[in-house]
Amino acid sequence: MSSGDRFICGIEIHQQLNTKKLFCSCESELSEESTDTYFRRLRPTAGESGLTDHAALIESKKQRGFRYQSPARVSCLVELDEEPPGNVNPDALDIALTFAAMVNAKIIDEIHFMRKIIVDGSGPGGYQRTAMVAVDGYIEISGKRITIQSVCLEEDSARKIEEKDGEVTYRLDRLSIPLIEIATGPDIRTPEEAMEVALRIGTMLRATKKVKRGIGTIREDINISLPGGPRTEIKGAQELRLLPMYVENEVQRHIMLTEIKKILSSRNVSADGKLEDVTAVFKDCQSKVIRGALSENGKVMAVRLQGFAGVLNGGDGKLRLGAEMAQRARTKGVKGIFHSDELPAYGIEQDIVNKIREHLKMKEQDAFVLCAEKENVCITALEAAVERAKEALTGVPEETRDPQPDGTSRYMRPLPGAARMYPETDVPPIMITSDRLERIYSNLPELPEETEKRLISKYGLNDQQARQIVREGNEDLFEKIAKDRSMVSIAATTFLGTFTEMEREGTNIGAISEGSVLEVFDSLKGSKFAKEALPSLFREIAKGVSLNDAVKKLGIGAVDESEAIRIIAGIVKEREKFVREKGTASAGPLMGPVMEALRGKLDGKRMNELLAAEIKRILD
Amino acid sequence: MNESGELSKMLGSAGADEGSVISLTIGDKEYEGVLMSHRDDIIVIKMKSGYNAGFRVKKGDSVKVIGKPATKVHKTQEHKMKNGLPNIVLIGTGGTIGSKADGGSMRPGLSAEHFLDIVPEVLDVANVKVRNIISVFSENMNVDHWKEIAKATEEELNNGAAGVVISHGTDTMGYTAAALSFMLKEISGPVVLTGSQRPTDRPSSDAPGNIMASVRFCASSKAAGVYVVMHDTMNDDSYAVHRGTRVRKMHTSRRDAFRSVNTVPVAHIDASGKITFKDDITAASKRTAAYTDMEKRVTLLQFYPGMDPALFKDVIMDSKGIVVAGTGLGHVSNEMASLFGKAIGKGAVVVMTSQCMNGPLGMDVYDTGRELRKIGIIPVSDMLPETAYVKLMWALANSKDTDEAKRIMNTRLSYETSDRRTVDVIW
Repeated sequence: MSSGDRFICGIEIHQQLNTKKLFCSCESELSEESTDTYFRRLRPTAGESGLTDHAALIESKKQRGFRYQSPARVSCLVELDEEPPGNVNPDALDIALTFAAMVNAKIIDEIHFMRKIIVDGSGPGGYQRTAMVAVDGYIEISGKRITIQSVCLEEDSARKIEEKDGEVTYRLDRLSIPLIEIATGPDIRTPEEAMEVALRIGTMLRATKKVKRGIGTIREDINISLPGGPRTEIKGAQELRLLPMYVENEVQRHIMLTEIKKILSSRNVSADGKLEDVTAVFKDCQSKVIRGALSENGKVMAVRLQGFAGVLNGGDGKLRLGAEMAQRARTKGVKGIFHSDELPAYGIEQDIVNKIREHLKMKEQDAFVLCAEKENVCITALEAAVERAKEALTGVPEETRDPQPDGTSRYMRPLPGAARMYPETDVPPIMITSDRLERIYSNLPELPEETEKRLISKYGLNDQQARQIVREGNEDLFEKIAKDRSMVSIAATTFLGTFTEMEREGTNIGAISEGSVLEVFDSLKGSKFAKEALPSLFREIAKGVSLNDAVKKLGIGAVDESEAIRIIAGIVKEREKFVREKGTASAGPLMGPVMEALRGKLDGKRMNELLAAEIKRILD
Repeated sequence: MNESGELSKMLGSAGADEGSVISLTIGDKEYEGVLMSHRDDIIVIKMKSGYNAGFRVKKGDSVKVIGKPATKVHKTQEHKMKNGLPNIVLIGTGGTIGSKADGGSMRPGLSAEHFLDIVPEVLDVANVKVRNIISVFSENMNVDHWKEIAKATEEELNNGAAGVVISHGTDTMGYTAAALSFMLKEISGPVVLTGSQRPTDRPSSDAPGNIMASVRFCASSKAAGVYVVMHDTMNDDSYAVHRGTRVRKMHTSRRDAFRSVNTVPVAHIDASGKITFKDDITAASKRTAAYTDMEKRVTLLQFYPGMDPALFKDVIMDSKGIVVAGTGLGHVSNEMASLFGKAIGKGAVVVMTSQCMNGPLGMDVYDTGRELRKIGIIPVSDMLPETAYVKLMWALANSKDTDEAKRIMNTRLSYETSDRRTVDVIW
């Protein structure tokens, strides 16, 4: 850290491995099968002191319990915590060891699985099994060293299916799919660097050829703080290209909260006001939200925040503590809250605002926040909002945040305290033998830069092309297609041009499976259609249409040559006068209508030849 | 560092105890953490991240103590008694339910008070007194332990307890339940054995639910007798009350491992504590009386094809009682039958049960069965082999001669057999 640093950031990458599950022989696949559920309660375990944390116990009593679906093909009694775990999957451990070796980390001699206690139901046991496999490695990004603090092997969590009346249903398909967790040091200093680091680690993971691909198989956590400031974590980002935005937005949020703290500390501030019932003030109010709540026997409750005026929404929209408070309130089941910095608005008139100010005996610099709902809901929501207002006095609250598709993030829960890690007594420690290490080190996979070099020398790609193919993880697929040398340039165009273009248009490239890419190229080789048809074909396939259906739908089944000649002859005949006027130069303008009629059905070059021949025939 | 003891010496001279914060230098790397354990040349430390990791210590590596062990304070919470609630005694005997993580595996050693810490809500339905008498895994339970438990139970019931809950390892809980069923010939209240299939060191343990259901049953029912209360299904909201003589552990790991055999469970308890009885209960005696004498020279044998009498001759001829789990309706080979005949001739009592477990014996159906009866083997209908084993020990010790013991074996004392089996019995 140097004094010029704007912020400090480290990331954690979670990558699913392409093996069976970590502690049993179940397939590591998701299932769309809904099954009967098993009901479970979880309660925090007594710590090593033998004592259960009272607050945690109260919290667990509030939970109504969890339901688990256990599709038989992809989960068994081990996932359901009805059978002790089996031995650690040796393939998964090998992949973690391999990756550790690739990032020059020190491999732990004897690996101990731990239970990370999490009682949100995402693991039926009430914990996630995790083991530290290696520490203290590094990677290099444009000559800069980024430390790899740890490489862990752990199990993925269960998949949340629905939440109803406080009861959460999970499916056990995803539970215990092996994950590698890679934590970098706090070495990242720019938003772009966060993405570069994630990209590099992702590429190295793929180089092992044993990781899962596709949506949700790799997830990033981002840890951010201002120099010397508290840390927040954005958990489970899936879209790499959004990482810089998450980082930048979070840094701005930290700066904003630090500014608010400064303002508040210069004022006489208190958030200890009493919640007051102000329903009477609203009896003639026309606001839809208020009317709706009151018609269902709700109340309007408000609370004074002494000295908070202008920070809830002020500084030309730069200070937005109100939004933070609203997020907290929403976690308690309300749609939203109103605060004085945004009123009058939403059908709440100035005279009502004045009456509330009067009722709460507010001074100039005071603010209020109000909520219209059933009384008990109002109380918990406003308490959460006030709690958040209080935290503003100390600056940035340490919390875990949920990444949003627009590059922002939302409050999820407080950052876990000192990790509650207990030994996993069902899994004996694993000694890493020297034979195993020797096998790992002598079979390290080709690094991405080596793959690039090979693509350049073997297929004649340029640096930039090779880098992009490897970076996007398409090298295997590319090589499979480029085995047939006549396909090299079409494959390169597809991966480097077509797919990039499609992605820019918003097409989900991830939905195109490797299998369907290979199928398309096989058909192309079999002259089922022309290469010009590829972009529209892939667009259809990305929508979930099969290759055959896409060909039919687009009407691009290849035509035989006599049919093509007949069509071209027709086009030329229609424009015979024009052809006779322009002579052979008419070929250029006529190519338009010909392409229109035959795109994707016939190779463009051949179209050109046939057109020229037809023009020549007429002129002759 | 191959010689064992060298690492111990290194740790000793550095003054490093378990729990000390140490700095470990291995080669050119340095690691900091809390010393958890060590063996051979491996030292296990808990690193700042909370992870445990084992490092191989070689010659030239070093250890430095940088912090003292944090003192562990075990505070048992104050539990206040409430007026008007029944008094229940919780007797701890060990087992998974009474085990804690120690040095990387589970060992018995948790006090029964611990249960009040993990299930404080039992105090809403009863005033619970805790009494630890044994701390063993149930495979190490023996006849003397059964006696000890029976006497403690007798004492507590006679001292005014409305019921007794016994926490027990699940492996042999059925045997202890059967033993108590016969020993507590007069019984004034409910005695419930319970345990856990999943240890209490995990948030998903079945122990809290089982204990809560057991205490509820004891607190609210007048059903005198010995029962086992455990999960009825894999859901944490459904519990079955089994008779101590009819219950068997039928799965190694599932929480619903316990099943009543040849009968329905006595009652069902739901998550709210509602008890639904499905079978008769015994009227309570005024006082509890434990008859704990047991004949230890009793053998439990499972017959198998090709069983060689020569291998078993000494065992059988040395036993005063033998329970055989025969095949099907109650059969053994002719060779084994003649060996049993010799034992009977010498005064032993030989009892037949079925290794099918489900269904009664039928020793009049085939010649083999009739022959075995002629020899003097005693069939005990649909009694579980383990229950028959325990009952035979008790019968031999509580009768004046073998004839009386045989009569006892054929007399229903504690619901150990049924005279009819209905279609609602799950098997």
